[in-house]
Amino acid sequence: MQKLPPAPGVGFKPAHFAALMASPGDIAFLEVHAENYMGAGGQPHAQLSALRARYALSIHGVGLSIGGSSPLDNAHLQRLRILCDRYQPESFSEHLAWSSHGGAYLNDLLPLPYTEETLARVVAHVDQVQEYLGRRMLLENPSTYVAFAQSTIPETAFLAEIARRSGCGLLLDVNNVFVSATNHRTNAASYLADFPLHHVAEVHLGGHATEDLPSGPLLIDAHGTPVADPVWALYADVIARTGPLPTLIEWDNDLPEWPVLAAEAARAHTILARQGAVLAHVC
Amino acid sequence: MSADFTRAFDMALRGGPLPPGLIAPDLSEVARRFDVYRNNVAVSLSTALAARFPVIERLVGQAFFAAMARVYAEQDRPNSPVLHEWGQGFAAFLAAFPPLASYPYMADVARIEYARGCAYHAADGTPADPARFATANPATVRLVLHASVILLPLDYPAVTIWQANQPATVAPPLQQVTLQPETALIYRDRSFQVPVMAVSPADATFVSALQAHETLADAAAHALAYDAGYDPTPLLLRLMQAGLFLEPESC
Repeated sequence: MQKLPPAPGVGFKPAHFAALMASPGDIAFLEVHAENYMGAGGQPHAQLSALRARYALSIHGVGLSIGGSSPLDNAHLQRLRILCDRYQPESFSEHLAWSSHGGAYLNDLLPLPYTEETLARVVAHVDQVQEYLGRRMLLENPSTYVAFAQSTIPETAFLAEIARRSGCGLLLDVNNVFVSATNHRTNAASYLADFPLHHVAEVHLGGHATEDLPSGPLLIDAHGTPVADPVWALYADVIARTGPLPTLIEWDNDLPEWPVLAAEAARAHTILARQGAVLAHVC
Repeated sequence: MSADFTRAFDMALRGGPLPPGLIAPDLSEVARRFDVYRNNVAVSLSTALAARFPVIERLVGQAFFAAMARVYAEQDRPNSPVLHEWGQGFAAFLAAFPPLASYPYMADVARIEYARGCAYHAADGTPADPARFATANPATVRLVLHASVILLPLDYPAVTIWQANQPATVAPPLQQVTLQPETALIYRDRSFQVPVMAVSPADATFVSALQAHETLADAAAHALAYDAGYDPTPLLLRLMQAGLFLEPESC
């Protein structure tokens, strides 16, 4: 199976279809939310088919509830398999989070305590997905606003152990790292120092919003603004350690004109190219 | 994490007490932090519903719609992550929603909007070669309609109301709307547009017979019973131009 190229990508929005068909620029791959392509036919599939012929593709699920206490939804697994069979994406990824309970879908990526019990359940869910889809998946680190007294395992160790036991890859969202570290008053660089970077097969970068709490800022993973400068700095540090990785710019709300999003991708391209040149020089 | 934990978290998202075990660097801020999740759930569902029912949002206003969406999302929770399928019960909810009791046409407008979503996402089909119809015998030919074609009988003039409340239009004064039933014809055309039009009882009878796989001659005969001067040609041409008659093998 092909891999995503170690180059910039963007989350595809229909408003940018014409621009992406006209010229790829720095864009080497596209990512779509799986759930937006689960209708039977029509424009979503017509656009995705046309783009698929020109770009590498990442299908990114938001609704599988891998971190949930309920069994995975078989109907949803089946929809994912149909989608992956149809488009043969270079990557399929989901989140370390839960979003469904008692048959109801909550439409948010909700947090879970990190314990031996939840670790075993997440690993079982990842195993089930990989077996059912017949492919390796990536799991993304979350942005969180609260933590749990029940947790006994650091998030980085939790993710490392999921990857070790299940064989899945990791999707490192650097903005999520910065959001969570800021919110929990910990250090993002320390988190990244502990992160199992050798399992990372894709990076996400996105914008966040800021609220003010009496104790300091509370960052919200809003995907409605450019990537913040401290997140770019963390990203450059990561790429310096890993070498070039597929890097997605996520912008889901208050969608900008195409040139604004393309400029974000170009900024990632510059960092990736610089590191690629360093590696070429060393070799 | 037990099912009890998830249940407590879910209840808290919907206004119940905070689940046990939440921590933050400053414990006095836990509730404020949990509100991010409460807000994400409520706003994302309201936004999804508004994307599905834009004319209802325009008719009642954004603030009313957002508040109403919270009530609806509690009564008819999405049962799958495929949110474009959510909202099938919205029309019935509107019909029974006490603050909208003076606006009985709302439910019919919602039925149109739900049907438009179904047409937008309906399965693809290969349009038949128009030459096929030139030689077809009306007494034997059975047309295959595209899955997006939907016929919707309505108690109120909801097509007129829907058309008057498109983004680019200024709604006419209400007294210009005659309070009579309408039948909506909805489909997805070749360029993925989903128009909504009011059709006559004869046209509705004709389309309904085609959907039931009756022959062209029988469908026309049913329509003639409603309107002795009925000519199906304009409707047939419109549907053909939109690519809605399919090759039989693609059905």
